[in-house]
Amino acid sequence: MTALAISHSNDTAASARPVLRERGQREVFCGLTSIVWLHRKIQDAFFLVVGSRTCAHLIQSAAGVMVFAEPRFATAILEERDLAGMADANAELDRVVDELLGRRPDIKTLFLVGSCPSEVIKLDLARAALRLSTRHAPRLRVVNYSGSGIETTFTQGEDACLAALVAEAPEAPANAPPSLLVVGSLPDIVEDQFARLFAELGIAKVEFFPARKSDAIPAIGPNTRVLLAQPFLGDTWTKMEARGATRLSAPFPFGAEGTAAWLKAAADSFGVDEAVFRRVIAPGRERAKRSMERHRATLSGKTIFFFPDSQMEPSLARFLTTELGMTAIEVGTPYLHRDLMAPELEQLSVDVLISEGQDVDRQLDRCRAARPDIVVCGLGLANPLEAEGITTKWSIELVFSPIHGFDQAGDLAGLFARPLNRRRMLQGIAA
Amino acid sequence: MKLAVWTYEGPPHVGAMRVATAMTGVHYVLHAPQGDTYADLLFTMIERRDRRPPVTYTTFQARDLGSDTAELFKSACKDAYERFQPEAMIVGASCTAELIQDDPSGLARALALPVPVIPLDLPSYQKKETWGAAETFFQLVKTLCPADGDRAPRDPAAKPSCNILGPTALGFRHRDDVVEVTRLIERLGVTVNVVAPLGATPADLSRLADADFNVVLYPEIANVAAAWLEKTHRQPAVRIAPVGLTATRAFIAEVAKLAGVDPAPALNDPASRSGWWSRSVDSTYLTNKRVFIFGEANRAVAAAKVASEELGFEVVGLGAYNREFAREVRAAAEGYGLTALITDDYLEVERAIAEAQPELVLGTQMERHIAKRLRIACAVISAPVHVQDFPARHSPQMGFEGANVLFDTWVHPLVMGLEEHLLAMFRDDFEFNDAAGPSHLGAGHVGTGAPAVTAPVEVPLAAAEANPSASEIVWTHEAQAELSKIPFFVRGKARRNTESFAASQGLAQIHIETLYEARSHFSR
Repeated sequence: MTALAISHSNDTAASARPVLRERGQREVFCGLTSIVWLHRKIQDAFFLVVGSRTCAHLIQSAAGVMVFAEPRFATAILEERDLAGMADANAELDRVVDELLGRRPDIKTLFLVGSCPSEVIKLDLARAALRLSTRHAPRLRVVNYSGSGIETTFTQGEDACLAALVAEAPEAPANAPPSLLVVGSLPDIVEDQFARLFAELGIAKVEFFPARKSDAIPAIGPNTRVLLAQPFLGDTWTKMEARGATRLSAPFPFGAEGTAAWLKAAADSFGVDEAVFRRVIAPGRERAKRSMERHRATLSGKTIFFFPDSQMEPSLARFLTTELGMTAIEVGTPYLHRDLMAPELEQLSVDVLISEGQDVDRQLDRCRAARPDIVVCGLGLANPLEAEGITTKWSIELVFSPIHGFDQAGDLAGLFARPLNRRRMLQGIAA
Repeated sequence: MKLAVWTYEGPPHVGAMRVATAMTGVHYVLHAPQGDTYADLLFTMIERRDRRPPVTYTTFQARDLGSDTAELFKSACKDAYERFQPEAMIVGASCTAELIQDDPSGLARALALPVPVIPLDLPSYQKKETWGAAETFFQLVKTLCPADGDRAPRDPAAKPSCNILGPTALGFRHRDDVVEVTRLIERLGVTVNVVAPLGATPADLSRLADADFNVVLYPEIANVAAAWLEKTHRQPAVRIAPVGLTATRAFIAEVAKLAGVDPAPALNDPASRSGWWSRSVDSTYLTNKRVFIFGEANRAVAAAKVASEELGFEVVGLGAYNREFAREVRAAAEGYGLTALITDDYLEVERAIAEAQPELVLGTQMERHIAKRLRIACAVISAPVHVQDFPARHSPQMGFEGANVLFDTWVHPLVMGLEEHLLAMFRDDFEFNDAAGPSHLGAGHVGTGAPAVTAPVEVPLAAAEANPSASEIVWTHEAQAELSKIPFFVRGKARRNTESFAASQGLAQIHIETLYEARSHFSR
């Protein structure tokens, strides 16, 4: 079932590198999984998946393999009578939403999230969202997007969600003063660190997207300068571009140099004096280097192999190879957005195999043949690879932990160093 | 549509995976979109399995829908056969593939693979995980052990033999129960012919008919297959689950009867301690401890019997999430003067627990979280499972050792016997009081920290909702203070009894006198 292709494009240097494209079994989550962190980020939103029992089970299993509280997400499970047309899907949805709002009157935004089954039976959730918005206005905004596996891979669920939210953002007038919009959900603590740095740089108006509260969605217009904090937001950016916004191209803020370059893109765009820039970032950059230093001994000279997961793989590979002396063998990504990734790809050695998509069995063959020192992969592959004697790092932790910025650079390096250190500590009980 | 926050069961194809993963030499080709591979991590993470489940997912995407998803299925099926060389394959569709109606069965047949290919029809929008496991096991057994299969005639001099049916991957303590039950059966001089699905190969399944009878360890998974074997191969079945002392002895007697052997060698086990542990005086305090039981139906019914007859607990709630066995649960509940709670809505279970105010909850991981929130002691007795339900040590639920394990795991969350008496005696002592909580349990447990104890432990709101007459009753300040002097582990019961007494007397206020009148009323 594998269609293999090594493609060569011919425009820029960065995109000239060959990419191995694979089609086959993908060992990845679908976009619904991003609800696990999105619902923590947008604090007055509820995510209602319209799907099957599988969808409900997936989110439950991905959410830390069962974190039980009453969360701000749920599944409206389609049943036989919904499919057979015995029940009016819209009336059913209205009933479920009423039930939900009865239980959670504090909800300000309701996301109706499409799934594989709802897409296949062509349930029109966009219209349903419109109808429900009218019905519950002004207390509730209803937004629709799809997190289905047939359209989205893991972090693309956040992209779809944020792209839908762009439509809810007010229009910033053409004469509005320039503003910096940092796009991509970050842990609050990281967001606050960046906000302080931008303030010290003297950038007057800095906003984050998505906002923590539904009534604080930043306005977007021709004077909005977008700085992506996550590499997987291609559709969101396209929607913002259509509003006239401009994008500041930069590597993503991982590590001391990645973060510095990312901040520099903003500083340059807002005309921050070079000396001021250096002075402001110096302490953080130093802290980052210092905290990474103790992991360098473990990581330097080691080889790493990435299975595709979050689209962050090229950025992380750049960080580990340029800042910690590791060697990347293969960098798999579910989807390679060449434009957004250009500043990362140009820093990756041409010897690194970039693969897009997946045929998991073939990729495992390559991985076993390469015998890397550490493999970054999903939870379905980690224990089986460990049992074969290959050290692994769960990729999902890279999505759930604060890893962006200067003050997380040491933690980020530590995530890769820990499995290697642990293996060394446990040598005595090795199989 | 049904609104679901957390679910007790996954979709039926996850049940099929539990069967395929338990076996060796079987490969499952699942027509499914990207994302359905999440199910792999249940096995590799929760159960810490050292290899991937034997499942190939076709991983179709939106752009395939317009073209040829059927072709994708065929190539996935063919590739999987070539790569994994299984002895038998099962093929089917997940919920989304069911909608596109590609007919995996027909497509796989067209490939004419040189091994048995067993099609599964698991209606995702009607059925759930446990049903899916049962159906998958039944289809495998039916196909691989047909009525007209070639079989050597049984040697009349051979030892009697049986199969053990039902254990799967991700089963609650299935791994350890199999060891324990095998030991019991072998002590009778009976041979275990095949254990399935756990550890069995397709070739093993084709030998099922060689046994004299079947032991149905987990009816929710093996009942359908066992009924078919009974009809087709005339193999009777033992359906007593050996959970607890009494049931273990009844199980031994039944196995001995079907095997035509003397039960005596297995009936007493020197390592069986739970009976004496329960009769010993320290356990007096267990008398009428209020226990709420919810889980997989067969486990819940068995647990209620052990709780009531072997530990002297009072069963104050009994229920199950799998409707297939609702009748059995209802009958058992009636025996305790209760109405069974049959639901897969965990919020409903939470309300019922809050209302019953038990001292102990025996449930699944869901109830463990509910109990934690309500600050009630809890032990897990049933799937859905969690990484903690796969301990490194041997920890069965069945047989004599299983009964020992039940005693320990259900009793340890409670305040210990002598300690409970001392707490009652010294409850106003500044150091040794109920705010300190059970001394053998760490921080975070029931009773730890001031708020848990100075404020009533129970959940007045939930209780009030459930009992409207109680909601109108007001506790005077003095009565409330007196109530707080009652040790926390009986305070919930005292509050509940007093409120129901007050309601029955038509009282609007509870004074100190009401509290004591209620106490005398209920101690009659």
